[in-house]
Amino acid sequence: MKSIEKNFIRMSGLGGQGAVTAAHILGSAANKDGLESTVNPFFGAEKRLAPAESYVRISSQKVYEKGEVLYPNTIMIFHPHVITMGKCYTMPFFDGLQEGGVLLINSDEPLSLRDEDLRLLADLKAKIYYVPATKIATEVAGSELSTNIAMLGGLYGIKKLTSIKSLKESMMERFGGGKFVASGSTAALDDAVKGKFAKVSQMIEKNMELIEAAGAALTEFCPAEEKED
Amino acid sequence: MIEQKIVDPDYLFFEAQRTSQYITGSEAVREAIKRANVDMAIAYPITPQSESMHLVGDIYAEGYVKEYLRGENEFAVMSSVAGASMAGVRVFTATGGPGTMRAFEVFPTWAGARLPVVCAFMTRGINSPLTIQPDTIEMAYLLETGILMLHAENAQDLHDMLLMAFMVAEKTDVHIPVGVFADGFFVTHTRDRVDTLPEDLKLPGYDPYTAPVPVMDMENVPVRQMRDPFVMKSNFMSYACHASWQQEIDAAAERSRKYLRQYLGSLIDVENEDSDILVITSGTAVSQSREAIITAREQGLDAGLVKIKTIRPFPGEEIRALASKAKKIIVPEFNRVGWLAKEIRNVIDEPRKVVGAPRVFGGMTMPPELILDEIRRIR
Repeated sequence: MKSIEKNFIRMSGLGGQGAVTAAHILGSAANKDGLESTVNPFFGAEKRLAPAESYVRISSQKVYEKGEVLYPNTIMIFHPHVITMGKCYTMPFFDGLQEGGVLLINSDEPLSLRDEDLRLLADLKAKIYYVPATKIATEVAGSELSTNIAMLGGLYGIKKLTSIKSLKESMMERFGGGKFVASGSTAALDDAVKGKFAKVSQMIEKNMELIEAAGAALTEFCPAEEKED
Repeated sequence: MIEQKIVDPDYLFFEAQRTSQYITGSEAVREAIKRANVDMAIAYPITPQSESMHLVGDIYAEGYVKEYLRGENEFAVMSSVAGASMAGVRVFTATGGPGTMRAFEVFPTWAGARLPVVCAFMTRGINSPLTIQPDTIEMAYLLETGILMLHAENAQDLHDMLLMAFMVAEKTDVHIPVGVFADGFFVTHTRDRVDTLPEDLKLPGYDPYTAPVPVMDMENVPVRQMRDPFVMKSNFMSYACHASWQQEIDAAAERSRKYLRQYLGSLIDVENEDSDILVITSGTAVSQSREAIITAREQGLDAGLVKIKTIRPFPGEEIRALASKAKKIIVPEFNRVGWLAKEIRNVIDEPRKVVGAPRVFGGMTMPPELILDEIRRIR
């Protein structure tokens, strides 16, 4: 068991993109690695394409705190609209980000962030990474429904909070077993993504490829340099 | 379904080998009810309770619960639960927020009829405005219904308290309903580590002949639907019966203390009790306070924690003794009205010591920083 500092992660996306499922997989993986971890979704009525958030807390120490993560170390943005259309529970979208924190954004190219936001992010010494998660998910796994796994791949490329083995096991548990209870719409999305593959094991293999491809496709973006332009 | 063996409750709670599972609070309800030897569960869905009763339905399908019915609304559910309990079976249900309000008449009815019902309340804000978010305000309304009220801090508490609730509720000298309260979403939807019990063990079944009131004959007409028809008259005797009957329910709640202490270890948990500042609270607010107190003590601020596990019966004597030593008491709450602060002020000698803050309501979480600010402000 490795020792890690408190890592609080906020995943902001749109309903149906799998932010809640991604949090579930990441938290379960951390738990399998012997770390302390809690996971919870944001508590809204579910709707496709409405803002959706989930939260993962990972640490070597017991984490007591519950509810939404207000002061994250890492923010994962699953869709550019979270930023560009304000489909976000906080304003700005990185509200509460801790100094030296990480932003991972699903976008094919860098977004034009507001000058004020860039200045604040530079002051925070934030690191911004872009990953074309939806594009890679479509290319590698053959479905944009795997965007969430590509986002986990991007995160894994930036910081290895869990082992790759545990990530794989968590995916097997989440998609392989019959035990998971989901709402009707989540179950329908599960069926849709599973329907793309002959077997769950194939889907997991593709997802593992996807994690690697997403990690390789990361680009880092420096807010401070941009600000001086 | 796995063949289950009946074991002594003390063995099940304190000695049986536990397995760590990474599950949500709703799944912890399933794990508890699976081992609770429940005869009947009756459900009507409401966020954030829906998953819990859905999962109880799943274990009914597997054979762990003998009967499972869906009511047409919460009032129907709670009334059906009353019927099942009067007929002498162990019955479980759950609701929350507006569902609790809709069923309200039935809660004091359960207590008055001495029904050992166990109900989980997944607390949620109450209209208006409409909200599905966590908020403990419904507990304020339930304080004087005669039901016992346990407040779970997390999924582990919820799991353990549910199982223990059946045992306390069914004691002959108690025999009143127990509500196990868990903060909606913060507990129900949060995935955390829970130590669960062996799948092949379960609690002893309910024996209705241990009830302090006659078992209802539900098979031979005319079926009586009340246990105490003599109070339905207008004469001195019926007034006196009604008055003494109500007092007897209060007395039953008092008598539950010894069993609650036996199973929960204590009605309160205390850390650093000699501190100048005590944070006294219940439910998820305890978890948020733990983080705040860890930080406070790192920064040299002397703060201790009191976790209240039983709201009814209220641990008045315990809190009064602790409060006499503290300089200030902070009561963080997830509701607007501050019902817990009022409860605490009622039992201590110097109510002005109590700072009824921070209060978070409307659904947001309570950042530990808010509690820490309060500790800094009053020290």
